[in-house]
Amino acid sequence: MNEDREGLDQARLEKGKESYTIPVGPINVALKEPLRILFSEDGEQVRDVDIKAGYTHTGVENIANRRNPIQALPLVQRICGICSQVHGFTYTRSAESALDIEVPERAQYIRVIMQELERIHSHLLWAGSAANQIGFETLFYYIWKERENVMDALEYVSGNRVNYEMNLVGGVRRDLTPERLEKLEEALKFYEKIYQEVEDTILRDRTVKMRTRNIGILEKQEAIELGTVGPTARGSGVKIDNRSDRPGSAYADLNIKPMTPDRIFGETHCDVYDRLAVRVKEIEQSIDLVRECMARLPEGDIAHEENLVKLLKDLRTRSGRGVARTEAPRGELFYYFHKKADQEKIQTLKVRTPTYGNIMSLRPMFLKQQIADIPIIAASIDPCMSCMDRVVTVKGDTTKTYTKDELVELSKKKTRRMKNG
Amino acid sequence: MDNILLNLLIGVPLITIAFIFLGLLYHGIDRKISARMQWREGPPIVQPFYDVRKLLTKKNLVPENAVTWIFNSAPIIAIVASILAVLYIPIGSMNPVLEGYGDLIIVVYLLAAPPLAMAIGGFASGAPFASLGSQREITVMMSYELPLAIVVATVAYIVGGETAFSLATIADANIWSLVGPIGIVGLILLLAVMIVVSPAKLAKVPFDISKAKTEVSGGTLSEYSGRNLALFYIADGVKTVAIIALLVAIFFPWNLSPILGVTGAIAIAVDFVFFLIKVLILMAIIVTFVRTAFARIKIDQFSRNFIGLVSTLALLGLILVMVGA
Repeated sequence: MNEDREGLDQARLEKGKESYTIPVGPINVALKEPLRILFSEDGEQVRDVDIKAGYTHTGVENIANRRNPIQALPLVQRICGICSQVHGFTYTRSAESALDIEVPERAQYIRVIMQELERIHSHLLWAGSAANQIGFETLFYYIWKERENVMDALEYVSGNRVNYEMNLVGGVRRDLTPERLEKLEEALKFYEKIYQEVEDTILRDRTVKMRTRNIGILEKQEAIELGTVGPTARGSGVKIDNRSDRPGSAYADLNIKPMTPDRIFGETHCDVYDRLAVRVKEIEQSIDLVRECMARLPEGDIAHEENLVKLLKDLRTRSGRGVARTEAPRGELFYYFHKKADQEKIQTLKVRTPTYGNIMSLRPMFLKQQIADIPIIAASIDPCMSCMDRVVTVKGDTTKTYTKDELVELSKKKTRRMKNG
Repeated sequence: MDNILLNLLIGVPLITIAFIFLGLLYHGIDRKISARMQWREGPPIVQPFYDVRKLLTKKNLVPENAVTWIFNSAPIIAIVASILAVLYIPIGSMNPVLEGYGDLIIVVYLLAAPPLAMAIGGFASGAPFASLGSQREITVMMSYELPLAIVVATVAYIVGGETAFSLATIADANIWSLVGPIGIVGLILLLAVMIVVSPAKLAKVPFDISKAKTEVSGGTLSEYSGRNLALFYIADGVKTVAIIALLVAIFFPWNLSPILGVTGAIAIAVDFVFFLIKVLILMAIIVTFVRTAFARIKIDQFSRNFIGLVSTLALLGLILVMVGA
């Protein structure tokens, strides 16, 4: 790691007195969720960046430890509003691998269909909000209008527009009946029809290209070193995609190639435009995947055990540790699940969201850029603070350095408290 | 003497009230058209009036670090300058209220005053985002004033004579009839330049660089509230009408009354309505459609294009007009 990767602190910002400091956030029009980015400026150019997260910490993991695996499911599906399906999917997969539960094939396909529909929804939402960041209101309204269609389809299938609640440990809660499949077919046809138009409006528009080409560059090597995931990494030419690298569920049957800029344009610029293109092309990829899944959808059960009381009784006896890594619309989503035998509650639940992997890459992207580019660069990693901030603890401005012994003592205390309480 | 007194006593208040009303009304229409183009319902056309009424009832906050007197006088300068500009512009077949006491040069300067006042107000507020917006505003102004000056000089060149810069003369002369075919091409170029410069002067998308919401949180106006903001809001409306009216006076000076063959008060009324329609159509094209169809561009791209491309176009227009006159 070279020197300009180290985090920037207030003292270092103040050292450069000739520079100008601009606080963006915690609450700012450019960011939909709280994140504080402090910029030191040189005229219109960004000189240094300090990023501070942790303004929406809700302690989801701690709450999950007080619940049984079935109760925890609605909780994790509410970690993020946009990718509620993928949170439920990853959670159930980690739980299933930990507790050794077989998932019927039909349920696996239904999950993947929901997942890819959600990806269409999420990428369209992102493209609209990116258009808003560069001051292109009409494109924003246009894309969000088209997004309504997939949300309607999802609502028809699951009963909800945002929190779909389709997952169940060991399967799914709702079957795709013929009428529902018909409705999905309709939505798919609609998107196949308008996809080319969407792509043209976003990728061939001159002003969009002017605002996104050659800004916020994240070199491939840097993207790997900083551990970026998802479209952010793929936009820099890193060929990673958990759908093909670690195919779980029905993804194993599908032939998925990571969407990288060189597959689209033949070359990689590693800039915001590339990330935009990757996401737009992934919409097309998702449409194809949903179509393929619907064609292959096997008959059979949709859950290991549909009766929740029986399922809970079954889960109680089981134990184990498991992880799941899946590809959320924003990148890799990681869940660790641990449960002990004859205990109703989850022992440990650990979540690592894509934004957490990507947030550090903002710094190299911001350096030497103009102020006008800040919003679109910040948006280019598709940050989701509500996902990320569950794991960060902030206690005001005071920092205390704990020694190893102190930490051990603290953890012992907490264990004792939990056993008694 | 009687005439000027009458004008000042009756004309000025009438025109002021009429143009404040028009400015807000056209702002509402602009918002409605833009909304319909974006598949939205949009606010009612009278929404700007509601906004002004609401803003006038709000508390007028002055930031702690602000230079209070500059901060408070900036909106007044803006509104007074834009109303003064209107007083020099011929409306339909009516001659300007202050005819003979100023000309095109004064109007250009008066129309430069509101953005300048806005920038100074932004600097005076002492807030980082407002200062940034003001820096941008000044840069933007420096970029578009050159092509604008070339257009103004060309128009005066065509009209010629002692009162070449007088707007009434320009409107009466009809510049399209004073040049040959090559000159017409040159004039079309100049019109194109004005169509590009106008949204920049009004700080509308794609040139709303100084007010960019997502980039500088509203820029120059981010610290303004209450009465001050209401004044800026009104000034913005009046300025929009003034700039479009200037364009109409220079490039579209035709009137309906000679065609209909009416005279007297009816002619003035007909021409006034026709003038309003011309302004509305031009505003829809120059402001509304443009701001709906493009993304905001960056300050360096703006300056490069305006100092380079647009100025070259204006110069080319000037040369063509000189050749074809």
